[in-house]
Order: sequence, then C-alpha cells, then structure tokens
Amino acid sequence: MVSFKDLPEEELFLAGSTACQGCPSSLALRIAFKALGSNTILIVVASCTSVLQGSYPLSAINLPLMNVAFATGGASASGVAAGVKALVKRGELAEEPTVLVWAGDGGTYDIGIQSLSGAAERETDFIYVCYNNEMYSNTGTQRSGATPLGAWTTTTPGGKVQHRKDIAQIMIAHRIPYVATASLAYPLDFYQKMQKAKGIRGTKYIEMLAPCPPGWKFPSAQMIEVSRLAVQSGMWLLYENEDGETRFTGGTKRIIEGKVKKKPVKDYLEMQGRFRQVLASPEGQEAEDLLEEQVSDSIRRLHGWVPEYI
Amino acid sequence: MRVLETGNHLIALAAEASRVEVVPAYPITPQTQIIEKVAELIDEGRMNAEYIPVESEHSACAALVSASLTGARAFSATSAHGLAYMHEMLHYAAGIRVPVVMANVNRALGPGWNIWCDHQDSISQRDTGWIQVYVAGHQEAVDTLIQGFRITEDHSVLLPLMVNLDAFVLSHTYMDAEVPSREDVDRYLPPYKPLWKLDPRLPVTHGSVVYPADFSETRESMQLGHKNAREVIREAAREFEDVFGRRHGDLVEGYLLDDAEYLVMAMGSLSAESRVAIDRLRESGVKAGLLRVRFFRPFPTEELRTLCRDRASIMVIDRDVSYGMEGALFSEVKAALYGHADVPVRNLIVGIGGRDVTYELIADMAQKAWNGEIGDVTWGDSHTTESHRVTREMLCEFDRLFESEKEVR
Amino acid sequence: MKEDSEEVGYMTSVSRPVKGCAGDTGEWRVFRPVKDEEKCNNCLLCWIFCPEATISKDGQEIDYQYCKGCGICAVECPTGAITMVKEEKQ
Repeated sequence: MVSFKDLPEEELFLAGSTACQGCPSSLALRIAFKALGSNTILIVVASCTSVLQGSYPLSAINLPLMNVAFATGGASASGVAAGVKALVKRGELAEEPTVLVWAGDGGTYDIGIQSLSGAAERETDFIYVCYNNEMYSNTGTQRSGATPLGAWTTTTPGGKVQHRKDIAQIMIAHRIPYVATASLAYPLDFYQKMQKAKGIRGTKYIEMLAPCPPGWKFPSAQMIEVSRLAVQSGMWLLYENEDGETRFTGGTKRIIEGKVKKKPVKDYLEMQGRFRQVLASPEGQEAEDLLEEQVSDSIRRLHGWVPEYI
Repeated sequence: MRVLETGNHLIALAAEASRVEVVPAYPITPQTQIIEKVAELIDEGRMNAEYIPVESEHSACAALVSASLTGARAFSATSAHGLAYMHEMLHYAAGIRVPVVMANVNRALGPGWNIWCDHQDSISQRDTGWIQVYVAGHQEAVDTLIQGFRITEDHSVLLPLMVNLDAFVLSHTYMDAEVPSREDVDRYLPPYKPLWKLDPRLPVTHGSVVYPADFSETRESMQLGHKNAREVIREAAREFEDVFGRRHGDLVEGYLLDDAEYLVMAMGSLSAESRVAIDRLRESGVKAGLLRVRFFRPFPTEELRTLCRDRASIMVIDRDVSYGMEGALFSEVKAALYGHADVPVRNLIVGIGGRDVTYELIADMAQKAWNGEIGDVTWGDSHTTESHRVTREMLCEFDRLFESEKEVR
Repeated sequence: MKEDSEEVGYMTSVSRPVKGCAGDTGEWRVFRPVKDEEKCNNCLLCWIFCPEATISKDGQEIDYQYCKGCGICAVECPTGAITMVKEEKQ
C-alpha cells in the first residue's frame, strides 16, 4: 500500500503560479507530476491550465510543455508520440518519455472529443487527463457537456435542463487498456491510478472531478470537502476499468460494499452556490430527484445492479 | 533515379528522399495518392517514418506541429477543404515556429462540390504566416519539396512551408522525373537541428500566454523570418543547382524577359501554358515575356520592382479571386510596383474550378489586356448558358407556392 | 561563418520554468495559515492538499512568500493544528 510518505518530495509544479486560490487543476497537476516524474512531455489543451501556468517569459511547470489549440489534445499527443519514436530510432533519446495530455471538460467532452477519439482508436501511447470542472471556467463559467442537470452557469442562467454525458464510458467503448475516474479528496487513489497508467502501453484516460471554487460558488478552503462529498453522495463515482473490467475504488467502493452509507445528493448540492437557485425553485425537488435517479442509474450501468442499501 | 510517375507520387518520393520521419495525414481528393504512396513506402520498409492516420485535417496539422516540436522532421499533404479545415492550426504552426513542409494540391472550395484545380484554397491561407511556393512542373515539385526543408529549417526562417501543385494537371499526370536518393539529398539537406524542442532534458514551455507587452514582437519576428527567407530561398536554389544541376528559378522565374515589352505573370501550371502563349506571340512579332511568381509568400517584391521596370504593359493571371476586390496576385503585384514602376497592369481571372485554359486564350487575352481593350479585371473564359440564367421570377417560386398553399387551406 | 550571438529572427512564446512566475503570490493572501507545532502529528495531509506546493514535505513548513491563503490546509488538518488568521493591513 502506498502512503503519503512514499510520494516524492520534488515539486515539478512550481509555487507562485497564476492559479486561483484553491485551484483543483494545480493540485491535480502536482500529484500527477509526482506519479509520472520528470521524464514526461506535457501537452496542455486550451483551458484554465493554459493560464494558471504563468505567462511569457516565465512558467510554473518544470516539464517540457506544449500549449495546444482547443480541439487538438489527442492529435497533439499522436504527433509527440510519433516524434518521440523517431528520436528513439535515431538514438537521440535513450528512454521514451511519458506523454501526458491535460485538458478541461470543454476540451474533452465538447470540442476535443473527435481528436481524443481518434488518438484512442490509433492506440497512441499516452495518458489523457481530463480535469472536469463541469463548465467552461476559463472563459467565465459557461455550460459544457459535462455540466450536471440543475447547475447554474452564465449560459444556463435558470439551471441546466439536461444531464451531463458520461465520457469515461465513451472512452471504455473505445476498448483502450485503462480508464479511471479520480477525486482530489482521494489523492493516493489518484496517484496510484496515474502510476498504473504510466506502466501500461496504449491510450489511458483518467478523469478528475475538479471543483472550481469561483465557478461552483463555494469558499476555496472547501475545495477538498466538496470533492469528497461528490464521491460520498454518488455524484462522482470512483472506479477504474482495466481491459474492460470495472472495479470501484476509494469512497465509492466503500459505498458499493455497504461499508458506509451513501450521503444524499442534496448535501452535495447545498454546499455549492451554483445549485442554490434550482433548489429554491418550484422544480427544486424534481431536480434533486432526477440527480438521485441519475446516481442510481450510473451505478446500475457500472455495477449491473444497485445494492438495496444505497 | 529516373522514374515515370504522377506528381502526387513524386511528392511522396521526394518526402522519402528528404528523410521525413513523421507524416500525419488525412485523405482528400486530389491529394490521396501522396499519402497512399507514403503509406506504401513505409509498409515496404522503404521509408523510415511514422505514419499517423489522423481523423481530420485539423488533427493532421496539430500532429504535424507537435511532431516537429518534438524534434522530428515532419511532412503532410492536403487540399482545398482539408486546408481550410486546418486554418486554425496553420496559424499555430507558424506562430509556434515549426519548420514543417506540407504539399497542398490546389483545388476549388465548395459548394458546389468541385474537385478540380484553382488556387482559392491556398490563397485563402495567405495571412497564416506560411511560406507559399507554387510549382509549374513535375521535376520542380520534387526539387522544391527537398528545397522546402532546407528553407524552413534554416534558423533565420523557421516558418512552415507549403508546396502548392495544381490538381490533376500536375497531381495526376505522369511525367518522367529525377528523384534523388537519400544519400544525394544528404549532400544538400543537413539533419534537422531545432532551436527549441520538447525535451525533458531542457524543460521549457511552448506557446505560453503572451501579454500585449510582448506579443507584437513575436509577430514582428515572423515578419523578419519571411524577410530572411528571401535570401535563404535564393541560396537554397543556388546550392541545389550546384549539387543537382537543376534550377527552377528562386522567388521568381523569368522566360524571355530580357527584351520583353509585354509581360504575362502567373503562378503554377498556368505559367507553363503561358510559355506556349509567349512563344506564339513571339512568332507573330510581339515582344512578350513571362514572369512566373514561384513564391507568393514571402512575396518577391524586390524582384518584381526590378523586373517590371520599363515594360509597356503587364497582364497578371489569377486562378483565384479575393471576392469584393480582384485576383489576389493582381493586388499584390500592383502593391509591390506602386511608386516603383509606372506600367499598366491588368488582371485575367481564368481556370476557376478546373476550367481548361488554353495557350490560345492566354495569348488572345494578353494582347487585349496589353492594348487596353479589356477592363482592369476580366473573367477571361466566362460564358453564360441558359442554365446559368437565374431570373427574379424563378427566385419567387417559393412565394407563389406558399400563396397557393394558403388558398387551399 | 555566422556568429553564435547573432540574432536569428526568431522570437516566440517560449517560457522558462521558475518559482514565483506570478511574483510573490503570498501578497494575494487575506487569511494566513498559522500552524501550531504542538498539535501537528506530521500526517502530511497539508503537504499533499496544498494546490500551490507551498508546504514542505519535511517539517511541513509554509512558504509565506507564495502561499495564497486558500485555507484548504486548515480545513483538512485532522488535529486542528492550522488556523486561518486575518492578515494585518500593511
């Protein structure tokens, strides 16, 4: 079992960045870098992370990094992976670096899905991390394909009326060797998933729920608490899928096994300002019920059935 | 090696001879043969490269950029809608300063669907920062592709380069051509040495946020790269001639220019057709000459100013149009000559969407243009048939349909 | 032969990694995390959860030059060893 003590001390994410206070992406980057080490090439898809790394001529990221256009995460990885192969053939690189793509939900669910799907089908050897803050946070919190039902965004001023799509399942349908979801409240779980992904050849997809304090409207100090409650309420399910087999992990595993009671979705919604409006509206109860139903439905799809104690 | 091949296959063979290492590509008519040949060469072990079967042209250009930034020599090919779909990434390639070479098989942009030749696709990408060269023949396509790497990889340039060849006229016709071996090319083209790359041994960030305080300088530097490219292009042509004994001009190529009073200017295969027109005009006693523009970017401003001085009249052929203005080459020529050469310039727009252009037409229109018998801008081969006629009455058909349906209700 | 120091006409958005690329981000702070060494059990949670990498693994010292005062460490500390104290106006 890995413990915090085993995590390397070296920081490849350098303090004093331009990230907001309590930014989930900067924390996720820190932990990911610890898992992957310095022999990594990072591709950042247009997102908050393009901005939080600092600006010319300085950077907060001590890795070779290429900032790429919004729709090009997967394709850019294919290019780097092919370039790396050529350099290895030429004898210029002794050890193949890990290729890591870092994209938000907009760059993954929406504008980048074609490129990501293409790279997965091409079996490009890379790790794709989607840090999902369920909205276009960088442009000022607009709705995305990852925004959950009921959530306020600047383009869903009355709350979103559709459910989010389940892109992790879309990636599993590509039959890639590794798909996992992660939460910042379970850092060792995330760390181990990144390490595991590093050891597997082919396309690996890891999705991190990234509660954005200004976008979701909660104090920055509660970023980990909100992450944790997302898992405890079932709104975010932690699992990994290796060669088609799904296994629950972390807090979700404990809920599925009946070791802890799932918390009501309402507890999670009430922590965030983005659901305040819908909860106070006449449709508030309906939205809450629909989200609870969605949780059960997601568990049923992953697990085959919903244990009665949930 | 002397081969009888299509223009497309020759492009693939030239990429192989240039030791291209990564080829991301997406098929589009009429470029397909290029990437089919690349795939075949790799499959047969004759080409030591990674082929990336991308799912779109936008991705093709993204992978082209990132492979090059990793330090590999990268090449791609596209056409028309594919090039248009790359538009964002064309800017990206130039802005992040990667020395990639891409063949573009010039084809019309729809709608309506038209797979035949004109220059609307590449002309529309004029301001992306790419170096653009237009070839007039098969051997030139081979030689220009090899020279392309030499030009773009020069550290004073580092701007992506697009080799444009005309759809079908060059891409699908067979001609015999000399394709140099890898070893021969090695004598001319050194291995690619990047200034910056993605390397864990020297971690730097590419494409950071750049504030107004610095952004303008990054763009001015691209302009400087184009300025430097002019001399690099001339040098690349000179040295190519030294090594291989072949020359196709540098930024421009002249034909019977010395004593010419009247000039035709053109790009691509129409300049080969224009040569025949010039020969015929010479036979009838007209002192005609051809000034072929090879590089559209960087634009051969200096060459034009020198070569167009003291001419009686010029006709510029465009296989494109900048809607609301005129032929794009025509505009550029006038801008370059303004204040430097007092010579009338007229524009012939022909060959749009693959319309056949004969030397007879060019000779006829050139004489009319030089004599001032046609307007400043003329669609030289337009003709209206009954099916082209659209009347107001026809456009109102829907109105009448709605009216009659209302009555029925 | 061209001199190595000659400018090549190439300037692009290449940035170098450095600590404090946004300056002394500690100046953003409204509340300051203050650690009570007596209560600290070295569990490393504050180190792991700091989004800005401003807490050292060894001894969990807070780098006030860059700590933005998000307050996550204080909320997550299981022994209540970290409290957020309002910064005095300079």
